[in-house]
Amino acid sequence: MLAGAAAIFALVMVLLALPFLRRGKDAPEARGIKVWIIGLGLAFPMAVLAALLAYGLTVGERLLPRAEDGAIRVEAEGRQSGWTFRYADQPGRSTSGVLHIPAGRPVDVDITTGDVIHSFWVPRLAGKLDAIPGYVNTLRIEADAPGDYAGVSAEFSGIGYAGLTFTVTAHDEAGWQAFLGDDPQ
Amino acid sequence: MNALQRHRRLTTIWASDPGLRGWFTTVNHTDLGRMFLMASFFFFIVAGILAMLIRAQLATPHSAFAGPEIYNQIFTMHGVIMMFLFAIPTFEGLVVYLLPKILGTRDLAFPRLTAYGFWCYIFGGTMMLVSMLLGIAPDGGWFMYPPLTGPLYSPGINTDFWLIGITFVEISAIAAAVEITVSILKYRAPGMSLDKMPIFAWYALVTALMILTGFPPLILGSVLLEVERAFGFPFFQADLGGDSLLWQHLFWLFGHPEVYIIFLPAAGVISTVLPVMCRTTLLGYGWIVAAAVALAFLSFGLWVHHMFTTGIPHMGLAFFSAASTLVAVPTGVQIFAWIGTMWRGRPELRMPMLHLLGFFVTFVIGGLTGVMVAVVPFDWQAHDTAFITAHLHYVLFGGFVFPVLAGLYYWMPHVTGRKRFFRLGEFAFGMIFVGFHVTFLAMHWVGLLGQRRRIPTYAPEDGWTAVNLISSVGSFVMAIGIAMVLIDVILNVVTAVRGTRNPWGAGTLEWAMIQPAPAYNFASLPHVTERDPLYGTPDMALRLARGEGYLGEPRRDWRETVTVDIASGRPDFHVIYPANTRLPIVMSAVTGLFFLSLLLKAYWITPFAMAGVAVLAWRWVWSLGRKEDIGPQAIGQDITVPHAAQVARAPGWWGSVFLLTANATFFGSLLFGFAFLWTVAPGWPPTEWLPASLWELGLGLLGAALAPAAMHGASRALRRGGRPRLGLALAFGGTGMLAVSVGAMMLHTPPPVEHAYNATLFVLGGYAMFHVTLGALMIGFLAARVRRGYASAARQSEFPIVTLWIDYLAAVGALALLAGHLPGLLA
Ligand code: HEM
Ligand SMILES: [Cu+2]
Repeated sequence: MLAGAAAIFALVMVLLALPFLRRGKDAPEARGIKVWIIGLGLAFPMAVLAALLAYGLTVGERLLPRAEDGAIRVEAEGRQSGWTFRYADQPGRSTSGVLHIPAGRPVDVDITTGDVIHSFWVPRLAGKLDAIPGYVNTLRIEADAPGDYAGVSAEFSGIGYAGLTFTVTAHDEAGWQAFLGDDPQ
Repeated sequence: MNALQRHRRLTTIWASDPGLRGWFTTVNHTDLGRMFLMASFFFFIVAGILAMLIRAQLATPHSAFAGPEIYNQIFTMHGVIMMFLFAIPTFEGLVVYLLPKILGTRDLAFPRLTAYGFWCYIFGGTMMLVSMLLGIAPDGGWFMYPPLTGPLYSPGINTDFWLIGITFVEISAIAAAVEITVSILKYRAPGMSLDKMPIFAWYALVTALMILTGFPPLILGSVLLEVERAFGFPFFQADLGGDSLLWQHLFWLFGHPEVYIIFLPAAGVISTVLPVMCRTTLLGYGWIVAAAVALAFLSFGLWVHHMFTTGIPHMGLAFFSAASTLVAVPTGVQIFAWIGTMWRGRPELRMPMLHLLGFFVTFVIGGLTGVMVAVVPFDWQAHDTAFITAHLHYVLFGGFVFPVLAGLYYWMPHVTGRKRFFRLGEFAFGMIFVGFHVTFLAMHWVGLLGQRRRIPTYAPEDGWTAVNLISSVGSFVMAIGIAMVLIDVILNVVTAVRGTRNPWGAGTLEWAMIQPAPAYNFASLPHVTERDPLYGTPDMALRLARGEGYLGEPRRDWRETVTVDIASGRPDFHVIYPANTRLPIVMSAVTGLFFLSLLLKAYWITPFAMAGVAVLAWRWVWSLGRKEDIGPQAIGQDITVPHAAQVARAPGWWGSVFLLTANATFFGSLLFGFAFLWTVAPGWPPTEWLPASLWELGLGLLGAALAPAAMHGASRALRRGGRPRLGLALAFGGTGMLAVSVGAMMLHTPPPVEHAYNATLFVLGGYAMFHVTLGALMIGFLAARVRRGYASAARQSEFPIVTLWIDYLAAVGALALLAGHLPGLLA
């Protein structure tokens, strides 16, 4: 996408520079309209956009959660004081500031808020999705390898906004079983 | 009468009052335009200083420069001032100054309205500045999402300043938009048919129509949020049937068109200046007009792209993503038409051209990143990071500030009548250009590295330190450049190098007058036969000064002009403008009192302020009346046209049409909100509906049928020389029936604080009630006119205007009643 944009930019710059170098001649308007307006103004952007759109839609499609594929379900609740996470596989269990997930398996995060609007964003795992009062938004994430992934709130939420961060810890299979077995009660 | 005598005579008729008093009583568009521009540049400097504070804060990690409480106010106010107190008013000022001149006439349609809008802008802007000086400025970001900005999470007065102050300022945008629309359609030089209109006027027309349909959703949102904050009506509270997403829809329904409202006037400047800089004419005039219109239509269908991360259904995402990329097409048409214009001509690197090149480079990059963020998966990453901030500055600075600077250098000789003497501007351009790109390229980059927007500080481990420092250094280079432009302008005003007339060799009419412009613009009005009149008639200025055009002989102390038929440009009416008056500033001060009483919650003042506005408005309209018929007037060239008071479609009627367009958009947004909450919001249906009553509904609908019918009858009677009294009395009765019915509905609505349904119904009722009161006042006004002998068949133009308002009030009254009673009836 970046390369394409750079190429278009370069083209426009060249077209912009050339008239300074050559002596202009008042070409007939009809020809100018055909070349500049119909050719470059209409046809060219339409072709580029069609390609871009096809790309965007296919990539977008792959990011969608699909039903019944054995995804883990967790719940993320944002608050101005921090994020709290709950686990469908272990009702009653909750963690603050750290979301535990298994690596290599799709996870559906049900995002809600306890006060104002927030946004759940783990840049390395997925795009962001908002937490909006009265709604549950579901985001599909998947960590390829075990490890810690930084997450942030990405919708301005007042005074403590800068510090509103969390971590996603992806466990290998053994670690995940240990986490589930590690009953808090 | 020779040219000099004519100049003196017209100057005494048209000039503002002498001395300090003149500043407050002027209704002259040249003066008001300059005042507008000075004020908006002042706000640009203020917001620029805030930007420097932001960049100072972000230059280093763990910055201790400002805590989050203050920092949140700084970036919010930077955005708010730039968008509402700089960009829009700059458009208004430029158009107020330029439009009558470029259209070949003497003033805008409603000179007192120009002044009223200006003072509303000044008072509203002052309110915002005061909040900042007191450290209680808005701090929720420029788009103010509830519930963060709701009563629960922002109990302080900060948010109220935004909601009330900005709404106050918006009055000036709506006023200007009505005025610009009517001026362009009706107030042109004779002979200037639509296809001979300067391209700048087309852009201004499209922009004004966009303001009329784009701002009302924002005003509605602000009203609802303020009512929620002040009285607890839960429009945006999910647990009581409200929905915070309603705010986002209303805001962006305004916010996206806003971007084009800012860009299109700038595009008008480019289309005007660029051909002159290239010694040719614009390529594809018709195509450019079509592209601007297409852009306007498209821009109302894109707002959802600001909400891609809110969990919009998948189909919605695909649709709005496709639509968003589509705006690149009309934009592309304009860009390439301009480049094609350059190829046709011989571009010269004079001062305005430099800034135009700055525009091209910057705006094209901004457009390309814009297309990138319209792609949903990319936006899910980039949204709310510094990448977005950088993108929006490429669009706004590239698409607005550079063209405005080009326009500044282009029209400066027109305003000052002087020549640039020092070569400071070229150097300043270099600093601004380089500084800008360093600042914001770096911000793109750090955004891709994950830096969120609106954070007051970051840690060294984030790895953003160097990039941020580069960005901040760039911004200070840019600031120095802007300061140099300021110095350049001041030097230009004070140094006494007389310029030549029409220094750029332009073809448009604003150059066919002495510079600086005289108060009356043209000693006689031109007859236009081509798009660039000065190319065909280079000595136009002399001829007009000698009185060879229309209305060359000043009569009495009349400020006269003619209006034209919209499409053909044939002269149709004779108009006499009102003269200097203190009424606009007084009325906007009382309007300000109204807003202040809401802000300070001194609600006992509110009714007095409203009554004060009503009384002043009455005087405002009353003073236009005459006790004797004026009759048809000769305007020169053996043409005689009727006086505007005599006709059914007077300028005031057109003004009402466009004001009602904005008003209907407001009402439509309210109905949209109702439907949105009903179908989408979580807490529906409510536990109880309004108890429906066929009696109340029937009474109201009967009134809604009677009032307009009677009003049309009264109009017809007067036009035929008969007596309108019976019709007026019946119309008054009809509004009374509506008032009773709407009042009953509001009384029976369950408590508005308990559910958003009740609250919405109450607001619908309040809206209808307001219009019923307004309609009753208008009918009373006409009755007083008739009694005092101000109305006759030749002075009938006020009747069709009131008829229009009564039609509107009947329609909204009936719709509000139906919206209230139908659910209960059907249930
Ligand atoms: C004079 C040069 C300018 C500089 C150096 C500048 C700098 C900045 C910076 C650094 C931010 C981001 C703060 C953050 O969220 O982290 C910002 C935000 C913003 N700027 Fe500018 N800006 C400039 C001109 C403008 C202009 C001309 C406009 C509009 C006409 C504008 C409109 C905005 C808006 C709407 C925001 C978003 C505010 C918010 O997040 O609520 N800026 N600016
Ligand atoms: Cu947009």
